[in-house]
Amino acid sequence: MARVKVLSEYCKSCRLCVEICPKGVLQIGDKTNAKGYYTAIVVDEEKCNGCTLCGIVCPDVAIEVYK
Amino acid sequence: MQKVFGRPKGLTEVAFSFCPGCTHGIIMRLVGEVLEELEIIEDTIGVSPVGCAGFCQDFFSCDFVGAAHGRAQAVGTGIKRALPDRIVFTYQGDGDIAAIGTQHAIHTAARGEKITSIMVNNAIYGMTGGQMAPTTLEGMKTSTSPYGRDLVINGYPLDLPKTIATLDGVKYVASVSVDSPKNILQAKKAIKKAFQVQQAGLGFALVSVLSTCPTNWGLSPVDSLKWLRENMMPVYEMGELKVAEEVKNL
Repeated sequence: MARVKVLSEYCKSCRLCVEICPKGVLQIGDKTNAKGYYTAIVVDEEKCNGCTLCGIVCPDVAIEVYK
Repeated sequence: MQKVFGRPKGLTEVAFSFCPGCTHGIIMRLVGEVLEELEIIEDTIGVSPVGCAGFCQDFFSCDFVGAAHGRAQAVGTGIKRALPDRIVFTYQGDGDIAAIGTQHAIHTAARGEKITSIMVNNAIYGMTGGQMAPTTLEGMKTSTSPYGRDLVINGYPLDLPKTIATLDGVKYVASVSVDSPKNILQAKKAIKKAFQVQQAGLGFALVSVLSTCPTNWGLSPVDSLKWLRENMMPVYEMGELKVAEEVKNL
């Protein structure tokens, strides 16, 4: 149905998207980006309904949502 | 599949240089979205201040002029008077607009200059290391008020939008927050209206946005939003503080 994409080079690991997602789609992963931040990853894509809450709270515009 | 959320055209591809969780990024995205939605990117000239907000010239895809500390609105006034067909906005932190630039904030508003100002208030001087600002809350610990702001010695926090709203030249003043998705959407509406006021040539518009500074507050980004909600929002008057009659019809 919907797909969320994390642009990992923009992500700074602030966790706001992880906390706001009502479905638990996002988590902080174990890989770092070029800046050294452990970036957010999509762990349960099936559950994403494309509500865009993660994108709305992301302070680094590191999230794209497709529907 | 269609993209329903992503980087607006009003922003460049440059990654924000702010600390993790700093809500400057959310506010800049909102302004970028408004520039795109109103189709004014090509016609807009922004004025950047000094402080963390000063980096904004790299992030917005419109033209930009850098101003001396606190003078963004004076520079904006000059640009707007010389080029009245352009949209001119300033993007300033509280240390810029409500401290060193207070006289410009008040007189730009009193003159009713047809520009838009976005004020980002995080109750602290962020870039220089978290010193006490005029907007710092009572009892708030900062690097220059380690025992908390004492009202007897340091005075009261300055609620600039509330002050500006009392001036006649001002057509629109709103105080909003970006602590939750609902408030973020409300903040965007206020920012959009502030630009529409200028498009209609009505007069001065100011939107104050309460923001976080996780690094200097010493809190995690998630806790910072909670702290903002519980401590800053009760102190600063929120909502649309002034909506002139002609703005209501926009």
